[in-house]
Amino acid sequence: MNEVAVVGFAQGHNVRRSEGTTNGVEMLVPLLAEVFEQTSLSKEDIGFWCSGSSDYLAGRAFSFIAAVDALGAFPPIHESHVEMDAAWALYEAWLKIRTGEVDTALVYGFGKSSAGQLRRVLALQLDPYLVAPLWPDSISIAGIQARMGIEAGLWSEREMAEVAARSLADARENPLAQRSGAEDAATLLERPMFADPLRKHDIAPVTDGAAVLVLAAADRAAELADRPAVITGIEHRVDSPTLGARELTRSPSTEAAGAAAGGDGVQLAELHAPFTHQEIILRNALGLGENVRVNPSGGVLAGNPMFAAGLARIGEAAGQILLGNADRVLAHATSGPALQQNLVAVLEGRD
Amino acid sequence: MAKQLAAVLGTGQTHHRAKRTDVSIPGLLREAIDRAMADAGVEWADIDAVVLGKAPDLFEGVMMPELFLADALGATGKPLLRVHTAGSVGGSTALVATSLVQSGVHRRVLTVAFEKQSESNAMWALSILPPFQMPVGAGAGGYFAPHVRSYIRRSGAPAHVGAIVAAKDRQCGALNPFAHLRQREITVESVQASQMLWDPIRYDETCPSSDGACAMVIGDEAAGEAVPGGAGWIHATAMRTEPTTFAGRDQVSPQAGRDAAAALWREAGITDPLSEVDAAEIYVPFSWFEPMWLENLGFTAEGEGWKLTESGETALGGRLPVNPSGGVLCTNPIGASGMLRFAEAAKQVMGRAGDYQVDGAGRALGHAYGGGSQYFAMWVVGAAKPG
Repeated sequence: MNEVAVVGFAQGHNVRRSEGTTNGVEMLVPLLAEVFEQTSLSKEDIGFWCSGSSDYLAGRAFSFIAAVDALGAFPPIHESHVEMDAAWALYEAWLKIRTGEVDTALVYGFGKSSAGQLRRVLALQLDPYLVAPLWPDSISIAGIQARMGIEAGLWSEREMAEVAARSLADARENPLAQRSGAEDAATLLERPMFADPLRKHDIAPVTDGAAVLVLAAADRAAELADRPAVITGIEHRVDSPTLGARELTRSPSTEAAGAAAGGDGVQLAELHAPFTHQEIILRNALGLGENVRVNPSGGVLAGNPMFAAGLARIGEAAGQILLGNADRVLAHATSGPALQQNLVAVLEGRD
Repeated sequence: MAKQLAAVLGTGQTHHRAKRTDVSIPGLLREAIDRAMADAGVEWADIDAVVLGKAPDLFEGVMMPELFLADALGATGKPLLRVHTAGSVGGSTALVATSLVQSGVHRRVLTVAFEKQSESNAMWALSILPPFQMPVGAGAGGYFAPHVRSYIRRSGAPAHVGAIVAAKDRQCGALNPFAHLRQREITVESVQASQMLWDPIRYDETCPSSDGACAMVIGDEAAGEAVPGGAGWIHATAMRTEPTTFAGRDQVSPQAGRDAAAALWREAGITDPLSEVDAAEIYVPFSWFEPMWLENLGFTAEGEGWKLTESGETALGGRLPVNPSGGVLCTNPIGASGMLRFAEAAKQVMGRAGDYQVDGAGRALGHAYGGGSQYFAMWVVGAAKPG
């Protein structure tokens, strides 16, 4: 079956609030131009299009249809959509190229979290009969997860603050980051609690944003990029939705996906961890050693555009290969409350 | 490199009604899934991945319902994908599941689509007022009625053609034990006597709002060969999309539908669809869409679709039986309606369609469309392996 590689990637500025329509599809237009510039492809050259987004975020049915206008989809295009983070749209596009039906694909994700109240919107992902009517919000659920790990001695508030300090320091080099900082863990720990045991720096910010990525079959990829990032493994798994039945201090779905994707020997990893303690869970689940550089972009603690952030992790990791900074990398995306669903991709440069 | 062969191993669907108050959403899905797995003769351990589709989350008020459904779908610990491409989603979902097999990634995939319309108000969910956009404010019937009027004007079709389709599909639905509307006594005259809703669309020419689900198990070549009585082999697939509105767009016969059909027939090796296809399950939510889609799909020349319908050739026993199951006019759980078309096509070539079986159906079409007639998904399935 065909090998598939990332040949282009662009993402928008991560911002607290963007102007424009509630679904924010306008954010895609300059990014499409950017990846076409990078790859020398045009709209007509794309064999398959796939996107990730959420109607609930935009507060409107069929919000992804408006994105078809942003693409300028006439003559008609071969296209599909997942109501998930666009990392899973990338998975669908990866399948399409592997079948041999197409040899290029453009994947995009967009989300305008500022259109509603994100904490409350995400509560609607829970069991609608027994749990959602109680309105447990996404930050409170993550707080329970963080508390369980602290009480089990698996991590401490200091280690969580160290994750935030490192991410925000790295984000200073990322011109698209929503926030960055130079404070050390001790300083961060003096800040007040937001949702005990989480402080604001433990929580990814509410972000509007979008990301666009181009895939190509490996033989075609060589024509489109100097150093394509070949996907050597990509797997995803889901855990039970029943919070009381899950071992919340671990991520079995990440462990299984990571093992199947084959992450040994990666130099760096972009992890989709919207809370500081979740980075620790993910590092353990993936068996990433001290020598693996995590989230050089600053990760989603520096900007977390819903439904684009997972795809952006793959783009950021692939970008390190495209630029020649790394040879073998890992990227991770998550979805659902407390890391319920997880995807792991491993990418390699071939010289 | 060529695609791997893929086949439908089994199908299942719920009994469809306006309100399935006897089951929760997970219960509804399991009704279809359990039937599909029994029909395919597989156990949970045989399923490698699950692909779920449905139309807007706003309908049931659950954001990304695949997450809370993971246990009920048997997906926990496995890959789970969620597809949403408007009204075509049931078809697109089946095609994503097919890709999982055709790409060589998995051997057996469970795919399921649903809508529990009674837990929502589809009219409300489709008629919100998003800023910076022209509101439809009319529901689907009000949106599509002008397209139907335009078709009638362009083709010169006589006024009773829509009623012929409605009477035919409802009579077929009476043969289908799972159909929502089962009206054995309906006639062209009684349809024409029903109330006008959106001129020229009458009450009996519109689809119902249904609660329901449809599931299929799709497998690789070895799994297909093991199906007693024969699998439904997937010969070709196609998807195409175009924008909702722009100057000059042909909403009666959208280019995306024509392009998808052309790609589909090419892949299936079909040069004359009317002669080479034995049964068609076409997405017809309003009766006039049968002749419109017959033309868009290339079964007839432009302006000729209504003649095929009027001649009776699209009825069970005709040259091209269209919607022998009763189709969307009898059963419309929106998110599942496209998959029902795909599954009913598979049932025909597997010889499992019961009282509405088309004799000797060798090749069948499954078709779905969505949005403002802008999303298209289709497949051709056959009793024999392709090639």
